[in-house]
This record gives sequence, structure tokens and C-alpha cells, in this order.
Amino acid sequence: MEQRNPTLRIIAWLWFAISIAVLIVGFREAIFLTPPDAAQGDVGRIFYYHVPSAMWSLAFPYVNFIASLFYLYWRKRDPLKALTADAMAIAAAEVSVVYSSICLITGSIWGRAAWGIWWTWDERLTSELLLFLLYVSYLMLRRFSSTGQTQTLAAVISIFAAIDVPIVWMSIRWWRTQHPAPVFFGGPGTGVDKSMMPAFVWNIIGWGIWGIFILVFRFALERRRQRAEQEAALHAIEASLEISK
Amino acid sequence: MKYVRHVLDHLGKDLRLEWRSRDSINGMLFFALLVVVVFGLAFDPTSYPTTARQISGGILWVALLFASITALNQSWAREMRNQVLEAQRMAPSPASALFLGKAIANMLFVLVVEAVLAPIFIVFFNLHALGNLWLMALILPLGTWALVVNGTFFAALGLRARNRELLLPLLLLPISLPALLAMVQATTGVLTADLDSIQIATWIKQLAGYDIIFTTVCILLFETVLNAE
Repeated sequence: MEQRNPTLRIIAWLWFAISIAVLIVGFREAIFLTPPDAAQGDVGRIFYYHVPSAMWSLAFPYVNFIASLFYLYWRKRDPLKALTADAMAIAAAEVSVVYSSICLITGSIWGRAAWGIWWTWDERLTSELLLFLLYVSYLMLRRFSSTGQTQTLAAVISIFAAIDVPIVWMSIRWWRTQHPAPVFFGGPGTGVDKSMMPAFVWNIIGWGIWGIFILVFRFALERRRQRAEQEAALHAIEASLEISK
Repeated sequence: MKYVRHVLDHLGKDLRLEWRSRDSINGMLFFALLVVVVFGLAFDPTSYPTTARQISGGILWVALLFASITALNQSWAREMRNQVLEAQRMAPSPASALFLGKAIANMLFVLVVEAVLAPIFIVFFNLHALGNLWLMALILPLGTWALVVNGTFFAALGLRARNRELLLPLLLLPISLPALLAMVQATTGVLTADLDSIQIATWIKQLAGYDIIFTTVCILLFETVLNAE
């Protein structure tokens, strides 16, 4: 049984504390200190949660993609490293799904409050929804596939999903060039007043730190599970050797 | 040349097996017909010709999508019996030849279904295309290949999964969405003549690009999937 590394635990607790602290400062900035939006009033404050989760939901899929590539590369060459890559891949996929769900839900609530509609099939929303669907299908595959193959098949699907994301973006953009619809959520940088920047920056950093925390936490959890599985397999093999002696 | 030979051998095998039982094609045909009837009842297209033209593209491709899924699921079933899959793995021919042969066979089956379905569809929906219907001869094969190539690949992915039949649509639908958008938009553009030829051409080019990219990815990755253990 492996000893828990005390240094890593201290770093983890510190990281957790820092992320909570940054998020609290961000909350104070966003809800209390920043002036309300000229057009939307206090409803617009959800922007400081919606946009960071949207931006981070675009980053974590890349982690999944790169980890899957490493998994396929190391699969035959160094199986232990491959296992680590696979643990990172699943952690990143789950965090991607979480962040894109938060983005979609907060966006939907905001849309209803600000513009009276829960949803529209515009460029950004549709692309984000498809990103969500792609990574949920990744998780479905992991759940349904038979044990020996899960990691390889998941890595393959991750490549498909990663290739599909830019294709989705381009095709939906062309679709919306052809049939223009009102563009909602103009995105950061378009008309963000200087007085709003502190709240925005605190929140985007805070959600990034939090995202990395839950990513590494899930990664460590998966590694523990993998190690336990390997121990069990080792015991089973040793037990079978005892019998045959 | 040997590679082409292998692909043709695999293709011939699948066609021969299908010809003997004709399960897949019959099932697909009837299923597609039923879907058209259900949509006909749901939308009453003949009473609203303009609306019918606008939604027909989508309905056609949804019907074909679900019909193909039913056939794709069991296209690998042949390889599961009698440990044929192990034999395939040990064969010296490249795994991607097996994949291509099967994908082309599935493509031919779905094309047969389309050839039968299209006139029925036109009849039940009283369709009078306003644009150049000959473009459909380009859109139908490109769109079908997009569905079939990914579908054959994902059906192979789920071979030893539990709940295999459920897994295929869960994987295929998200990944095919850009292709579905392109084929539906192109078809609707042809039927309603709302889009000019440049816009339709762009959708067709996107579809062709999608086909090329994903055919390449499937061919490159099939070996990994076949030997996933």
C-alpha cells in the first residue's frame, strides 16, 4: 500500500484554499463592487460566471486530446506512462463536461432574463452544445465498453471529437452566415468596460484555478483506482501461482 | 494494387453474405418507409406544400440516418460468429482493408434503400423540387458516405461493449452533426431554391471535406480499434 505523499497533500490543500479565496474575491467584485450594466442592470452580473466557464470549457478538451495522443503513443512502449495519460484524459473529459454544462445553463438563464428566450440556435450556443454532446459521448463510451478495451477506444473517440470541434465551428458559422440570427453573448472584449475588468479577471483566474484543482483531484482519484485495480490483478495472479505450486 | 484486391475481397464477402439472407436491406427499407409514413402523419405535408418543401430535406436525412443505424449495428454481427474476428485479426491483410470493404458494402446497401425510398418520399410528400434536382445525385452519395463511414467505424468500436446497439447512435450522432447540417441544408436548398448555387456548392464542398477527413481518420485508426485489447 503506497504512502500518501505529505508534500503533495499540503500543496493540494493550499491550491484549494487559494482557489476558494480567489473565487470569493471574484464573487465580491462581481456581485457588489462592479457597477451594474447600463442596459441589463444586475442581471448582467451572471456574465462574470458565464464567460469564464465558457472559455475554460474550450481549454479542457485540448487536455483530453493531448492526453489521449500520449496514451496511444505509450500504449505499447511504456504501459505505466500510458495509464497515467489515460487517467488525465478521463479527468479532463469530465471537467470539460462540467464546465460546458455550467456555460450552457448559466447562458440559458441569462438569455431568459435578459432577452426572454431560453435558447436559440445561434453560432455560439449551438457550437457549445455540440462540444458538450461530443464529450458526453466520450464518457458514454467509457462507461459502455468492455474493460480491456476502454482506454484505447476512448482515446480513439477523443481524436474524433477533437477533429470534429473545429469542423463543427466552421459549419455552424457558415450556417449562420447564410441564415443570420441575432448574435447573443458577444464575448469578452466586445464592450467590456474598464470598470468591469477586475471582476472579470478575478473570476476567470478563479475558475481556472478551480478547474485545475478538480482536474488534478479527479486525476489522482483515477490513479488510485488504477493502482487498486493493478494490486487486485497482482493478488489474483499470485494466488493462482500459489495454487499451482 | 494488393490493397485494392483485399478491399474488393472483403466487399465481395459482405455482399455475398447479404445477398443470401437479405436481412439488412429488407429491414432498412421497411424501417425507412415507416419513418416516412410517421413523419407524414406528424406533419401532414400535402396540406402545406411550402412547409413540406422546407422540412423535407431534414426528414429525408433523419429517416436515412435511423435506417442506417439499424443496419450498421448488425453489419459487424457477421464477424462475431464463429470467431471470425480473431481470424481477421490474424490475417496478413491490413485491417483498414476490412474496414473499407465493409464500409463500401454498407454504402451500397444504403444507396439501394435511397433509390427505393426517394420516389416514395416524393409521392408521400407531394414534393415538387424548385431547384436543380440533379444536384441530389451529388448530395445523396456524399451525405450517405459521411454517415456510413463513421457508422461502420463506431459500430466496430462497440463490438464488445455491453449495450452495443445503444452505443452506436450515442457516438455517431454527435460526431456527424456538422455533416448532417451540411446535407440537410444542401438538400433543402435544392428543394426550396432558397439558396443560390454558390451557397449550395459551399455546403457540398463542406460535406466532401468532412468525408475526406473522416475517411482518412477512420482508415488510420481502424487497426488500433481492431487490436484494442
